[in-house]
Amino acid sequence: MGRAPTLPFLFHAAYLLSAVLFIVGLKFLSSPASARRGNGVAALGMTAAVLTTLVGLWLPGSGFHHHGLILGGIALGAVLGSVGARRVQMTDMPQMVALLNGFGGGSAALISTAEFLHAASAGEAPGATAAVSTMFGCIIGSISFSGSLIAFGKLQGIISEKAILSTAQKAASVLVFVGLLATVAMIAMGGGAPWFLTLLGGSLLFGVLMVIPIGGADMPVVISLLNSFTGLAVAATGFVLSNNALIISGTLVGASGTLLTMLMCKAMNRSLTNVLFAGVGAGAPAAAAAGTPAGAKKNVREVSVEDAAVLLANIHSLIVVPGYGMAVAQAQHAVRELADLLQKKGVEVKYAIHPVAGRMPGHMNVLLAEANVPYDQLFDLDQINPDFEHTDVALVIGANST
Amino acid sequence: MSAILLAEIYVFVLAMFVGFEVISKVPVVLHTPLMSGTNAIHGIVMLGGVLVLATANTPLLTVLGFVAVVLGAMNLFGGFVVTDRMLEMFKARKPPGKR
Repeated sequence: MGRAPTLPFLFHAAYLLSAVLFIVGLKFLSSPASARRGNGVAALGMTAAVLTTLVGLWLPGSGFHHHGLILGGIALGAVLGSVGARRVQMTDMPQMVALLNGFGGGSAALISTAEFLHAASAGEAPGATAAVSTMFGCIIGSISFSGSLIAFGKLQGIISEKAILSTAQKAASVLVFVGLLATVAMIAMGGGAPWFLTLLGGSLLFGVLMVIPIGGADMPVVISLLNSFTGLAVAATGFVLSNNALIISGTLVGASGTLLTMLMCKAMNRSLTNVLFAGVGAGAPAAAAAGTPAGAKKNVREVSVEDAAVLLANIHSLIVVPGYGMAVAQAQHAVRELADLLQKKGVEVKYAIHPVAGRMPGHMNVLLAEANVPYDQLFDLDQINPDFEHTDVALVIGANST
Repeated sequence: MSAILLAEIYVFVLAMFVGFEVISKVPVVLHTPLMSGTNAIHGIVMLGGVLVLATANTPLLTVLGFVAVVLGAMNLFGGFVVTDRMLEMFKARKPPGKR
């Protein structure tokens, strides 16, 4: 295709550059001070990859079509995505991420489907690599798509947030799973387009069945898992299209998402299988119990507002333990004002943040940051648990597991 | 063909290790922006849609490719904008005063 042997080399060099920028960007994301720059660096890498690909399409004699549609599609998606992302409230951030993640998964599933149909219509039997990666991309991408939409629906309150567990749902999941395995076998034995579409439909259904039984409090774990699913689906499309940029980026996301999911499960004292299959309510209260060692009194005593004010006026140290209820009530600003007043009086204020407080890992940190709480007052469980013993008052706000 | 596949598998495996390694040092404070940031990075799937659309030779493939491009672009652009909005709020404490 290329006229000079240097041309493909240039493309690969540009893709390599963008891969390096992604990795550097993620690295920068590991420190609050450089995090925003990290996102910018990753965006720069993305720009390089996109421009490189587009230039490739416009080279004379490349034999590609639909240039107008390509630009139009990118423009349409860019406008819809950016406007949606600009408008969304900070508390609604998790469902926005879930939605965007689902779109990526859906895109990967469609690409796999299109490539399979393309090969099938050309009459060529797909090679083993192509067959495996199209099927993988289709299954994982579809699960991510429908699963993310259900997660979005639950967080947005369109679908009941409760954990829905029934034997019928369990039976259906197993049935669909077995059906998927059978479909994969049929395709492996040379089944054509109808079988692949069955695979697409079945995977979409499986994504729904997988997320429906999971409660709202577990959504962070689910979104993180689906995020890594989309990454893997993208890597699979990279194999289908022989595109290293897609393989590297998808794999980076798949690996990091998996690690993040495991960290979150660990923080909740639960295993991933427990989160996915046991519903919430069964073993969930353990999460809250793990967070706050009983340094306080064992018996509950109700305090009036005046008592609380007097109490807070005479302390030297305070630890605030915020829950998602605080954010729902938009109380984080009031909390910060209280903290400011106390700090002026010389009280030491710290925040103890449970990793899965809120609806995404670290969501609480974002919400407090929005209320101008400096990030060096926010502490992990490991950092702050020893401090509870010599702290005068721990203020727990809006923490109830749903 | 198998040499190319082999190279791709090398890339895949090494990228996996890089992914684990880079992420394992991110503090909990940044988990949400990180998730959102990686979410934006897999928006690169848009380019897969572009390649499908560029080689589409039937109406069905054209439609599939176009939808894939639009979905991918929403993931890509929306992802970066959301992440930037989150990180915009992470400010260090003003040097004088407080605590």
